[in-house]
Amino acid sequence: MARIELTVDGAKVSDDVEPRMLLVQYLREKLGKTGTVIGCDTSNCGACTVHLDGRSVKSCNVLAVQANGREVTTIEGLADGDQLHPVQEAFRECHGLQCGFCTPGMIMQAVDLLGENPSPTEAEVREGMEGNLCRCTGYHNIVKSVLHAAGGAK
Amino acid sequence: MTAVADKPDLEIGRDRRRKEDQRLITGRTRWTDNLVLPGMLHLAMVRSPFAHAKIVSIDTEAAKQSPNVVGVFTGADLGEAQGACINAWAITPDQVTPPHVPMPSDRVAFAGETVAVVVARTAAEARDAAELVDVEYDELPAALDLKESAADTVLAHPDLGTNKSALWVFDSAEAGTGSSADAAIEKARGDGIVIEREYRQQRLIPAFMEPRSTVVDPTGEQITVWSATQIPHILRFAIAATTGVPESKIRVIAPDVGGGFGGKLQQTPEEMITFAVARKLGKPVKYTETRSESLMTAHHGRDQWQKLTLSAEKDGTVTGLKVELTADLGAYIAIVGGGVPVLGAFMFNAIYKFPAYHFSCQTVLTNKTWTDAYRGAGRPEATYAIERLMDELAIEVGVDPLEIREKNWIKHEEFPFTTVAGLEYDSGNYEAATAKAKEAFGYDELRAEQKQRRESGDRIQLGIGISTFTEMCGLAPSRVLGSLNYGAGGWEHASVRMLATGKVEVITGASAHGQGHETAFSQIVADRLGVAFEDVEVLHGDTQIAHKGLDTYGSRSLVVGGEALVKAADKVIEKAKPIAAHLLEASVDDIEFSAGRFSVRGTDQGLAMAEIAMATFAAHNLPDGIEPSIDSDATYDPVNFNYPHGTHLCAMEVDTETGGVLMRKYVCVDDIGNIINPMIVEGQVHGGLAQGIAQALWEEAVYDDSGTLVSGSFVDYLLPTSADTISFEVDHTTTASTTNTLGTKGVGEAGTIASTPAVVNAVVDAVRQFGVNDIQMPCTPERVWRAIHSGDGGDETEGAAAPHFTEETGMQGQTDRTDGANQ
Repeated sequence: MARIELTVDGAKVSDDVEPRMLLVQYLREKLGKTGTVIGCDTSNCGACTVHLDGRSVKSCNVLAVQANGREVTTIEGLADGDQLHPVQEAFRECHGLQCGFCTPGMIMQAVDLLGENPSPTEAEVREGMEGNLCRCTGYHNIVKSVLHAAGGAK
Repeated sequence: MTAVADKPDLEIGRDRRRKEDQRLITGRTRWTDNLVLPGMLHLAMVRSPFAHAKIVSIDTEAAKQSPNVVGVFTGADLGEAQGACINAWAITPDQVTPPHVPMPSDRVAFAGETVAVVVARTAAEARDAAELVDVEYDELPAALDLKESAADTVLAHPDLGTNKSALWVFDSAEAGTGSSADAAIEKARGDGIVIEREYRQQRLIPAFMEPRSTVVDPTGEQITVWSATQIPHILRFAIAATTGVPESKIRVIAPDVGGGFGGKLQQTPEEMITFAVARKLGKPVKYTETRSESLMTAHHGRDQWQKLTLSAEKDGTVTGLKVELTADLGAYIAIVGGGVPVLGAFMFNAIYKFPAYHFSCQTVLTNKTWTDAYRGAGRPEATYAIERLMDELAIEVGVDPLEIREKNWIKHEEFPFTTVAGLEYDSGNYEAATAKAKEAFGYDELRAEQKQRRESGDRIQLGIGISTFTEMCGLAPSRVLGSLNYGAGGWEHASVRMLATGKVEVITGASAHGQGHETAFSQIVADRLGVAFEDVEVLHGDTQIAHKGLDTYGSRSLVVGGEALVKAADKVIEKAKPIAAHLLEASVDDIEFSAGRFSVRGTDQGLAMAEIAMATFAAHNLPDGIEPSIDSDATYDPVNFNYPHGTHLCAMEVDTETGGVLMRKYVCVDDIGNIINPMIVEGQVHGGLAQGIAQALWEEAVYDDSGTLVSGSFVDYLLPTSADTISFEVDHTTTASTTNTLGTKGVGEAGTIASTPAVVNAVVDAVRQFGVNDIQMPCTPERVWRAIHSGDGGDETEGAAAPHFTEETGMQGQTDRTDGANQ
């Protein structure tokens, strides 16, 4: 067991974890942060995407111990109280989700993408979201959502 | 209470944002795997690495000694308590059906089948211990290739003596719905056109994003089963029917379910094993699959060979169609299993006026993962075949492929139209949808560009693909299902509960998993009862709340479930009328209901629906003999299927040097009748398109020679990404369905059904000048390149249209002669 201390969605947490425990398992099983989900075993689908020190990571591809001393933001910590993050709002507005399973990862990735490139083209959005799989939407409305968030009310 | 009596706008037709989304975009979700119960134990499955083997011995001792392991069970340990996985649709009376024990104890029939289950305090400990279970197998020869298996070369289940499960036949001459296809083909061999092709429907994996998960809690009076399923009601029935636990002692809940596409329309071995272990230990247990387990063992879709013969007059008027399918069931016959290709049987004739039609389907057992419904289920295969053939016919006649379609399709003034397959299409307008699609697509301009690229020998060639599809959905009229020997009906149930506070609870037996039922059904009820959209709460997916239902598949929720809702809401109004009359001191005959208000004809007196609900709840002043309730139920059995249609146009660019393909434009104009929520409809179409396009270009479940699924992870099974796809142009024409009150048609599967042939037609069209008339799906760069270059040496494709199912050509029809085969 290894002792880790980190900040998750603004709260300081501390636990003993197995060294092999993945960050996504830590979030779900130890902290009950079930908004972040597991969609594959191979870091292909991106459903588990969270922010580690402000940048997106696939949390199935990070060990919990690697998050020691760092700051994690999940989908559950993205909104400011009742005030949704603009990307969350855009996904609802543009019907960027259906079953919603990939959505937490999609939104976290989109936030990171827009942080890096606030005014992306459609092609840049498609490239930037490539690491996140969705089976429901055909990506059409996900791309639209990200562009909508980038352009405000455009 | 919200006063809405004078609300001007109708909800139906509005692009309401979804009620479901607030939770989903903030991570406040209830996926089955999120559930944690006190004392809950975790399961891990020990799975066979062999496609076909005898189980010689299973040593569980080391696993049992592993930390925090509570038990390890084999099939023998669980015995009959496991129940069985049922096939609900024996397609013929003599169907050969292997028994399906969830966890066999003597023999495994596909790679991935469960042979033991480990129970531990954590999922990680269960999985660690599963590695320690030592199983000795005696490997048996495996039936893998579909055609070889159909010839009984190797038996998938030696005890059955054959792999051939059932032969299902429809013949229009015998059914009295048309003439003889054989006669029409014979005649055309003399003085007409005969097109003969063999197409491959590759094996696909539904690949829903949420892996399947089941939690069973046996600690209450009812055993509660949470499962990531599309079919909580059918699952409850199947568990009860095969375990002996009374149905009334089982509660099945489908909480948030992360996609299904048919893939969660199943009663799975994993659900049955989890149920059995929970009962045995008396403790809550959870099983969540890994992605690899999901791809390997959750049912697959498609996997057919299609042998097709189309006959026509010299001018291109179709005269007959003969379809001979061979369909791979996999190792067991799944819940709908062999029925899937039969669902396509009525659709090969599509929108065209064939006078003669013959269909046969041989279902075959193999030692591979079982197959069952995947988005479209039978209709994509049919649409693919006919839409590919119509292009071939156009080439033969020498006209534009849209022209040959128009020559043969049902004209809009000919509806209702009874087809050669015996279905009555209620409505449609193929001319209108096609005209609109052509214009949006820029059809003539793209044809001009194609011509120019061909003439200049451009490295990048352009192809235009067409699919003028229809489908049958809204499963299904119970009497039709009965005539097909299906084990259940096709009705749907709904309840409307009028709460004292003016809120309305709507209960539906359809169980959503991403489709947006809460939103669309709220819109329907809001209009029907004249209450606010926000005041309607839609409840579903729990057999104790929605006690009756047949769940969600086959584009049935709106057209069957929605109609049940309408009927239940109308009963509420009828029950409320005498109460309104009493309170308004008027005769019932003088009460009118409009926009949520009961009023006395010819006066300005009236009461809102919510006021009636409150008065009924209080029950202080009701008419004599009237029960204090206006809540209502309805169970609706559809009178007919439902026939959406549309015209899909696709432009593909093919790099003739690399074989790489690139989608340039995709336009579709679908007629899905009246639309409840255009935003949700668009989303359904987009997602459907992507899945159909993926079949054409990317996806295939591939087995190696020993029967191991080599595309068993998302590294190897190629789901499209945002970078692979484009934005689609989606539009509609509307002819209202005449078989339901709202005039709606199904939309959930339309995109998938229509798009696959549009894409392949476009790819083939781009390279037809190289002598190519088929490329096997998925159209990978390698296959496209090989198809282009197979003609480099000379005369490869000359005989492609020859009658190769006849004696003269050596009955070569059983082998694949398509250009893309065996590549």
